[in-house]
Amino acid sequence: MATTYYTEDHEWLRVEGDVATVGITDYAQEQLGDLVFVELPETGKSLSKGDTAVVVESVKAASDVYAPVDGEVTEANETLSSDPALVNSAATGDGWLWKMKLSDKSQLDGLMDEAAYNAHIG
Amino acid sequence: MAGEETKHLPLEDLHQKAGARFGAFAGWSMPLTYPAGVMKEHQHTREHVGVFDISHMKLIELSGGGAGALLDRACPLDAAALPLLQSKYSFLLNDAAGILDDVIVTRLGDDRFMLVANAGNAAEDEAHLRRLAEGLDVTVNPLDRVFLAIQGPEAEAALNKAGIATEGLSFMHGTEPRADWFLTRSGYTGEDGFEIGLPEKDARELLEKLFADERVMWVGLAARDSLRLEAGLCLHGNDITPDTNPVDAGLMWAVPKSLRAEGRFAGADALRALIARGAVEKRVGLKPEGRQPVRAGAALFDADGNEAGRITSGGFGPSAGHPVAMGYVPAALAANGTRLYADVRGTKVPVDVHALPFTPHRYRKG
Repeated sequence: MATTYYTEDHEWLRVEGDVATVGITDYAQEQLGDLVFVELPETGKSLSKGDTAVVVESVKAASDVYAPVDGEVTEANETLSSDPALVNSAATGDGWLWKMKLSDKSQLDGLMDEAAYNAHIG
Repeated sequence: MAGEETKHLPLEDLHQKAGARFGAFAGWSMPLTYPAGVMKEHQHTREHVGVFDISHMKLIELSGGGAGALLDRACPLDAAALPLLQSKYSFLLNDAAGILDDVIVTRLGDDRFMLVANAGNAAEDEAHLRRLAEGLDVTVNPLDRVFLAIQGPEAEAALNKAGIATEGLSFMHGTEPRADWFLTRSGYTGEDGFEIGLPEKDARELLEKLFADERVMWVGLAARDSLRLEAGLCLHGNDITPDTNPVDAGLMWAVPKSLRAEGRFAGADALRALIARGAVEKRVGLKPEGRQPVRAGAALFDADGNEAGRITSGGFGPSAGHPVAMGYVPAALAANGTRLYADVRGTKVPVDVHALPFTPHRYRKG
């Protein structure tokens, strides 16, 4: 059964076994506005917590999405290359950004659950 | 703007009620987008009517027997030759012919003109005009007005329905339909449209009538930027600055031929020298390949990796359907179709020099 975690940078991670699917929250996509381009990471790329994993571009500006934990990219959501607006319409579903194999599952302990995240965005 | 307090629009409550997301621009808290979002706001303006609160911009009235003489000193503009009610795009230049601001000047009477200044430059423009006005019989009067842009193919119909007559007003002309009102047919979107300066109370009444019409939508600064960029119009501070000049910027169409040789405006000697020298670099449109936007500040390179200019404005063009940008390139690389490369976070994105505008202007020239 998957567990979902949230970060202060408005990302969500859905963890199954030692693989996490990562995306941005609905709150984040609303703040960013209409997305027109998503720069995706390459499969196999090694990420450390805090690295820029993805760049999402709205009409007006580019914003970094950081790796919430350490790990290796196992898949990027290639659908976003042709349909970046999927992040706006389905941020927590089909608009996921990448999947990563976790190197240190204990890092998940520092993240928020849904209730804590909802309190965080007020 | 550091240290100065953020300025707020007189109609801020209306924007809040409309659900605007605010952001800072030129010292002002401005509506960036409304709940419809930048894409829809942009496209709605191209198809119907978008209303923009541009009260951050400043209307400066110049009146008195020396008003024309002041403009002759301040702008590469033949004030005496400007027909009544006609508007003209012009500049305030520094001594090196750098562009301090781009302005629109409208003749409202024999000795009376209206100048529209950009928000971030308004205070300096006013001081500059006052310095140049020394010894002349002229009053420089910055007005306290709400300023609205009503833009799009159905702007005229919406204004008429709201009781504002626009008949006979063609593009780049302005009138004063009521006391303390200033109405011009002009804009910053490439579409037909109007800009109207008026007292706050009148503005609230007009907006209530306008928004009773379902063709009318609030449009924020984000779409204002994408609309003007597609239309190939310059943003002062980005595409033109005190360090760029009308020759390199490709804006000499705004300088009357007679004044190029004989004008006595501020910066005239330097401009003559630049004309004789010719453009070293040129402002051009740039179309990035693919979907990735290329933003202001990105450096440009030629195929051999040599530096080849810079992007000054860039983003996504919702009507164009692809990223759009503007920038300066060496004059030898300014031909349409020239392939260059923009550095985006270390990746070289191919960009082609492209004709401006990206979307055709649809002005109503009457």
